[in-house]
Amino acid sequence: MELRKSYFADVRKDDLHEIGQPRPRSDSPGHVTGKTAFFADRNFPGMLHLKMVRSPHHHARIRSIDTSEAEKHPGVVKILTAKDVPHNVYTILILIQVGPEDETVLADGKVRWKGEAVVAVLAETERAAQEAAAKVKVDYEVLPAVFDMEEALKPGAPLVNEYHGQNYYLYDSGECRKVRFGDVEAGFAGADHILEESYQSSPIEHAPTETTGCVVAPEGNDRFTCYTNTQAMFFTLDNTSIILQMPGSKLHFVGGTVGGGFGGKVDVIVEPIAILGAKLTGRPVCFIYSREEEMQISSPRAAEKVVIKDGVMKDGRIVARKVTGYTDAGAYSRHSPYGAQKGAGHYPGPYTIPNVWIDTYCVYTNRTPSSAMRGFGVTIGDFALEVQMDKLARLIGMDPLEFRFINAYRDGDMKAHRQPTEGAALIECMQEASRAANWPVAEKYMAMSSYVKGA
Amino acid sequence: MAKVPVQFTLNGSEKAEFIDSGTTLLHALRDKIGDTSPKGGCHQGTCGACSVIIDGELRLSCLTLVETCNGAVISTTSGLSEAGVLHPLQRAFLDTFATQCGFCTPGMIMAAKVLLDHTPNPSRDEVIEALSGNICRCTGYEPIIQAVLTAARSNSQNAA
Amino acid sequence: MALALQTFATVKDANAALKTQGTRYLGGGTLVVRAANEGDVSVSGLIRLTEPSLSTIAVAGDKVRIGASVTMAAIAGHPELGTLAKAARAVGGPAIRNMATVGGNLFAPAPYGDFAVALLALDATVSTDGGETSIETFLANRDGSRAVVTSVSFTLPKADSFRFLKVSRVKPKGVSVLSIAGALELSSDGTVTSARIALGCMADRPMRASAAEKALIGRTLTADGIAPALAAAGDGTSPITDPIASTWYRAEVLPVHLGRLLLA
Repeated sequence: MELRKSYFADVRKDDLHEIGQPRPRSDSPGHVTGKTAFFADRNFPGMLHLKMVRSPHHHARIRSIDTSEAEKHPGVVKILTAKDVPHNVYTILILIQVGPEDETVLADGKVRWKGEAVVAVLAETERAAQEAAAKVKVDYEVLPAVFDMEEALKPGAPLVNEYHGQNYYLYDSGECRKVRFGDVEAGFAGADHILEESYQSSPIEHAPTETTGCVVAPEGNDRFTCYTNTQAMFFTLDNTSIILQMPGSKLHFVGGTVGGGFGGKVDVIVEPIAILGAKLTGRPVCFIYSREEEMQISSPRAAEKVVIKDGVMKDGRIVARKVTGYTDAGAYSRHSPYGAQKGAGHYPGPYTIPNVWIDTYCVYTNRTPSSAMRGFGVTIGDFALEVQMDKLARLIGMDPLEFRFINAYRDGDMKAHRQPTEGAALIECMQEASRAANWPVAEKYMAMSSYVKGA
Repeated sequence: MAKVPVQFTLNGSEKAEFIDSGTTLLHALRDKIGDTSPKGGCHQGTCGACSVIIDGELRLSCLTLVETCNGAVISTTSGLSEAGVLHPLQRAFLDTFATQCGFCTPGMIMAAKVLLDHTPNPSRDEVIEALSGNICRCTGYEPIIQAVLTAARSNSQNAA
Repeated sequence: MALALQTFATVKDANAALKTQGTRYLGGGTLVVRAANEGDVSVSGLIRLTEPSLSTIAVAGDKVRIGASVTMAAIAGHPELGTLAKAARAVGGPAIRNMATVGGNLFAPAPYGDFAVALLALDATVSTDGGETSIETFLANRDGSRAVVTSVSFTLPKADSFRFLKVSRVKPKGVSVLSIAGALELSSDGTVTSARIALGCMADRPMRASAAEKALIGRTLTADGIAPALAAAGDGTSPITDPIASTWYRAEVLPVHLGRLLLA
């Protein structure tokens, strides 16, 4: 590994002892010997297996649920429906006051996406749980569903989630997150060229090798140990405490090595219902997603649509940028209101643009709820922005890398969301990229600096 | 539920258990015998995390019923190091940063071991082919390929 | 009901046991154990056979008989079955090939069953205790099949007359976008005298490209010569849609890949 110390040499003491040195990973010896303990490596005598009965419809009213045949199935110990969950309607980000609570642990009267959890079956074996789950009868009245964000925002579209009352998240700023900086219309009026393009993406599944799950063991004193592969330990602990109406002191969460997460294990999905099962049966419970559930049920990265309108000068300066972003939350909020908000702050990209207008919408549809994944809220935006940058450079006949040097943000520049830029390193990254990729740019760009004024 | 007797050799030691008929080898190893080094990533033969070696051949323990393993000789990654000394493959996975989350690692090492048992000096393409049934989602395959090639080199140096 | 496994020494006994509802035959386990693991509760009992002839490969001249329990790895490694090695290696990764059997491949739903595509092009015969059936008839009726397949037989093609192609997005191991097998005979002047072309993923099970076969007769394997066959390649197909590819995509790329196979 090579560490280039020439960059920022004058603003940093050259006293790095660890950075740039290979160090063995502390967890590798456990990995290569198979001794690392993952949550599912815990096994308890008498452990029950939880299987979920899921909605086969994208949007439906539940007329009735009949669990009588399933309850008689050999090996079944307990069957849970919405009425068994103390605080059944929740939302993860309520912990940081991002409400309303809009999602059911087990569906109550309605399902809003195909795959939604309706009934939980706890049985002595996985097989018995599967067989009994097949015997649960749910009578549905199928409702019209909406899968496209722009369709969902139209008047008269089926209402996805009654807890919101409309098919978008209502921010304190209104129907979307807004960033206003300078005068974008004046910027467009003075621009040499205008380019408006739209970009969209589909949901993306993280597909970790280890599926989402947890193993819960009663401690015998009304306290429960939950071995989980959550990536959000305290979010999960606190939300479980709310959902089960149990003090956090009764909940003992044990995390540890996660077999791949990528953001897909930050939702609070398996733990509350598994702990409830353990509480009501007094038995250890495991609830582990099948591979199919991991691919179809766990939250994917949100589908997004991004519309970018830019005003650019012949000399390469972007003078105005207007972005409308749409984040498909699916049927429930989970982390998507935050993702859409992150997009609003991010959309100008790492560029200094004097006139910016941004609207980002978090939209509800009858699709699988989306949530976190590696830079959610900004990753698809970055794809859109950088494709747009290439198109702009082509439009004015400029080298795409030089075009980015001209517009790169530098220390002291005010960003559109009113945070002054500090610690920028884009110029230096591009200089190194220019060398590494053998993509030469004019000498004046190689002499630029992120923090030396005038350079 | 009918229990059936099953007997096999696991990592050099004799195992005899009464197990529910229809139990997979993966569940038997993990839940009955306590060897949790094979992992259940998909239970459908796609990810390779449950790979073990049965009578010298790479197999998927999630699709193998334990009753079909009577009398077999089974190896898993947990039995690879001897007296606390890492196997060259384990050493190489450590040294080349070929692990990240570690979930695919035991299966990867099994697939690599079968390859090196039959082909001590594999080409890069042979390594890729041998690992092609094992999915890694975080480390990236390159360090894993390098680890196997490194282990092959260290084996041949030791033999020389 | 737990999933019980019964082991039998003879095909006759296994066939008798298979008459019980919910009972499935266990070959390599890559289909039926997978189904059970995924919660297919219609599988309640499994039958397996220890009959040794099911695991043997017999080659006499150009006549080949492969026992139904023979694995893909065994075929890929057999010195006299080199022409089929590519098709056998197209199935799964190394561990799957050590488990997956010839018999099982005949039942694999698309996108699986690449080896059965090769067998269809070879006009193989499928044997059970009850007699022999052409592979085409067997595949058409496989959903109702209640007898253990004991072997498949075929005439070994000359190396240059058999072609196989599997298209996947991930290499070297990936699920099929489609697979194509072709058994072609050419006269001395290079014109096609007979053609059997089998397609995978173009329906729920392997199927013949009958129109393309007809369109090849009397033609040469040149871009112009195969053009009518490529135009007819999709006749009668109903490609599957799955996470790998859509019906539309498979239909679009079929002639492209058939062209590459024929011109290779």
